[in-house]
Amino acid sequence: MAIMTNRRKLLAGLGSSVLLAGCDSWSRNERVREILASAEGLTMRAQRLITDREALAREFTLAEISPRFRANGSRTAETAQGRDYQEMLANNFADFRLQVDGLVQRPLSLSLADLRSMPSRTQITRHDCVEGWSAIGQWKGTPLSRILDLAGLRDNANYIVFHCADTYGAQNRPYYESIDLIDAFHPQTILAYDMNGDVLPEAHGAPLRARIERQLGYKHAKFVMRLEAVESFDNIYGGKGGYWEDVGDYAWYAGI
Amino acid sequence: MARDDTEPQPGELVKRHRISTRLWHWTNAIAIIVLLMSGLSIFNAHPRLYWGSYGANFDEAWLEIYSEDDRGYLEIGDWRWDTTGVLGRWTEPDGDISTRAFPHWSTIPGYYSLATGRLWHFFFGWIFVLAGLAYWFWSFGNRHVQRDLAPKRKELSLRHIWHDIKDHARLRFPTGAEALNYNILQKLSYLIVLFVLLPLIVLTGLTMSPTMNAAWPWLLDIFGGRQSARSIHFIVAFLITGFIAVHLIMVVLAGPYNEIRSMITGRFRLPKEKAPKAAPATDTPAEESA
Repeated sequence: MAIMTNRRKLLAGLGSSVLLAGCDSWSRNERVREILASAEGLTMRAQRLITDREALAREFTLAEISPRFRANGSRTAETAQGRDYQEMLANNFADFRLQVDGLVQRPLSLSLADLRSMPSRTQITRHDCVEGWSAIGQWKGTPLSRILDLAGLRDNANYIVFHCADTYGAQNRPYYESIDLIDAFHPQTILAYDMNGDVLPEAHGAPLRARIERQLGYKHAKFVMRLEAVESFDNIYGGKGGYWEDVGDYAWYAGI
Repeated sequence: MARDDTEPQPGELVKRHRISTRLWHWTNAIAIIVLLMSGLSIFNAHPRLYWGSYGANFDEAWLEIYSEDDRGYLEIGDWRWDTTGVLGRWTEPDGDISTRAFPHWSTIPGYYSLATGRLWHFFFGWIFVLAGLAYWFWSFGNRHVQRDLAPKRKELSLRHIWHDIKDHARLRFPTGAEALNYNILQKLSYLIVLFVLLPLIVLTGLTMSPTMNAAWPWLLDIFGGRQSARSIHFIVAFLITGFIAVHLIMVVLAGPYNEIRSMITGRFRLPKEKAPKAAPATDTPAEESA
């Protein structure tokens, strides 16, 4: 501990005056933040360069599942598709319809029964939160590629936006997320309706949660109500492609 | 460093560090400090460490920093230290109490923001990796590694290493032309940092990336899972911090003006022979007195 204390004193002495004061005002400076964030594009391009399009996230065995999977972010929603979320939940989302629209040839409205009757994928994967923790769980759902093939994307569609029923933060902003077509058509990208062998629980985003297995947790939108195919997400909410991207300057491509 | 045919004399100003070493040293110094401090910011988002693939609040942590009953604690395994004021519970500059793990003066930014910590961390991560790779290739190419860092056979004898440890303990530093060569403890520390710690911290960092896990799944196998990699990343960061602390202490003890000048301008004034001390000369091995 003595060495640690010395180091701290040294760093405190050297740092607090020059470095820290500098870094804090720089941290709040828009121009500096833009320069720092420019590394995100480099990171995404580098990761995409060395990662095969179809490269799978590791899948685990039943024995490796976390004893308790922590729920994070919104644990519930107020309203869903204009109705009370709790009523829909009590009704097993019988009236729920997943809307698929935007730049598609055939807009869709799919019930949970429709989704369950489609081919499914089951995967035991690790969920990595941007905060640093990980939990392993089993997810079963409809591959997003199946839904998109059914709807038929138009040529100018570049991104898929997940519109969610939950709101977050003091301002109750609607949660949303977006991914590009590489991740949208990735074999492990599914809309999960089951978790660990049971129906997806409320705290984990019932009725549908996106699984984007090669990215961090905040990309895995919960309470998914609507898929929208878009050319760009410039005009959607804050324009950065996701809730945390808009409010917190988190990276749109959450590969690291 | 490289010696001329005519041996330089004590007191003479001689060339010591190449431009490649000097450029990398300072680029890396800035990058490492920003990485360490922004890394603590990121750690503060979840101040618990685990072994294995998964690990979250309901799982057992081997290291945890937390606040309880108005005190701050660091817990490692079964051991717990009261770290109130420094870790787990400390006072912010405006007088407010924070229960974050690492205090404001040790993090970038000095206020809690995971997203901002990540912005700094990944920007300087690129600088650190690219500068490190350039230095690696450059230093093999100009034979800096082979000539100046690789230990000679006789230096690796236990007798020589023990002699060097005693010299360090007595703060007896080489003088004259001898001061131009790295001693064996320096060589070993630099080699461990360059070829063990720095690669380890990059690879464990990449192992935390879900995309990299898909691209290079062997990363998960060599480190025993993502949460193990996160733990090793943190441990290596502290070993690097320890190296920096010892490095700075040695610079101060060896003569900070001359040492820092040599890392900026490349020129180093050879230390003069000190007046012989009362210490017996018999502990000098024969090969050294030649």
